Amino acid sequence: MHFISEGFRKGITLIFGLNPEVLAILKLSLSVSIFATLIAVCIAVPLGSIIAIKKFPLKKIIIVLINTGMGLPPVVVGLFVALFLSRNGPLGFLQWLYTPRGMVLAQVIIATPIITGLSLAAVQSVDPKFYRQILALGATTRQSICILVKETRLAILAAVIAGFGSIISEVGAVMMVGGNIKGQTRVLTTATVLETNMGNFDIAIALGLILLTMSLIVNLALTFIQQSNTGQQK
Amino acid sequence: MSKESISLRKEKGMFKKFIAGLGIIVLSGLSFVTSATAAQSQNIILATTTSVQDTGLLDVLIDAFQKKSGFIVKTIAVGTGQALAMGRLGEADILWVHSPIDEKKFVDEGYGINRTTFMHNDFVILGPKNDPAKVMDAKSAAEAFKKIAASRAFFVSRGDNSGTHKKEKLIWKEAGMSPDKNSYIEVGQGMAQTVAVANEKQGYVLADRSTYLSLKNSIDLIIIFEGDSSLINYYSLIRVNPEKFPKVNVQGAKALFNFLISKDSKEIIDNFGKEKFGRQLFFWDL
Repeated sequence: MHFISEGFRKGITLIFGLNPEVLAILKLSLSVSIFATLIAVCIAVPLGSIIAIKKFPLKKIIIVLINTGMGLPPVVVGLFVALFLSRNGPLGFLQWLYTPRGMVLAQVIIATPIITGLSLAAVQSVDPKFYRQILALGATTRQSICILVKETRLAILAAVIAGFGSIISEVGAVMMVGGNIKGQTRVLTTATVLETNMGNFDIAIALGLILLTMSLIVNLALTFIQQSNTGQQK
Repeated sequence: MSKESISLRKEKGMFKKFIAGLGIIVLSGLSFVTSATAAQSQNIILATTTSVQDTGLLDVLIDAFQKKSGFIVKTIAVGTGQALAMGRLGEADILWVHSPIDEKKFVDEGYGINRTTFMHNDFVILGPKNDPAKVMDAKSAAEAFKKIAASRAFFVSRGDNSGTHKKEKLIWKEAGMSPDKNSYIEVGQGMAQTVAVANEKQGYVLADRSTYLSLKNSIDLIIIFEGDSSLINYYSLIRVNPEKFPKVNVQGAKALFNFLISKDSKEIIDNFGKEKFGRQLFFWDL
């Protein structure tokens, strides 16, 4: 028990000491995951809405595939992205392996199905009569998607929160694609693994606490936006 | 003009804003992404073993090299087996590994050049304080393994084809027996985790001394057997053969190679750990 409490004590001093290395790791974690979430949102929200409102063959199969994608194991994504980006792999010419770009790519692949699936469900939950009414008023597909997204923004924000949460906390893909290189691709999760391996439980606990705090702050902000919107509506 | 068309116009405006936002995101993304990798020929991929990274030696050496040379080193710390596999695919420029037999094979098959054994540390056998298998009386590492197998005490193995795992298999071979199946635990993880499992199970484990020293304060296991010549752990550098893999960064690999066998590196390696662990962890050999 003693080493756990000692770990927490040291961890907290480390956080408030603003260690420059820890700050750099924190910055990289945030920038990679936020950037990946933004890209994923740009792909996933329109995609989810289109699938939700359009009728086309194999729609159910596509939805099944997306729902499966929501549970994509990060290590598997990491493995394939690393293989594709490797020097002699099909995307080797990009030279993205062991760079933050590669990590963003892997995280986009993890987050996109999650946000697509949840936005799809959100848009589908809108009364179909409402959609027909918009169409009857002469809205184009683009316009109707905008209206539907706006209408379901709370659920879509929840989708964004879920997507961000899944990638900021994942370790498998960033470890494989990033390589956990000091000062280049080391993020909070991989640093936590490394410090545990090195037997530095205090630093590992500190990093874990930072990760939790950061998730809390980002989600607090998103939830705040989400809930303040409901206030306006009423 | 009806209310609906006004709201539609509003939506159109929103869409434009959305597109503008997208543009900003993509632009900021590009700048973030371009700053990440300036010149590719500056990047060196070093595939190495976890024991070098977990002790912290690697970070110190690489920092010194990067400051001196201007190259950027991408160190990928995996087991020796995986490091050699990366070399076989041309996915690394230089390897820093510890499994002499496999290294020789790797060079003989034409994948590697300039193999140089440049430093060593040693392995120790860790076990519970009460030493149920009476390994402390053993004369050699092989005899120690025999006693462990005979006593059916738990033995925890890396099980990941790392240099340490290969060493362990060699000693079992030397001992002329295989471990008892029911008490042999293959964890498939890094050295520190393997030692942690052995600690929980109160079993025996073959570990490199540096990992043991870095974990010493958080485990109950003690050194049960040490000092046998078969427990010396030699580390080598191998450059991946650029004739086989034209994409290898020859300049970078040469620079890193020359740095690691230089006197500057000797100073860092020989002094490493004295402060933190109270003794020298690695010995520079050239």
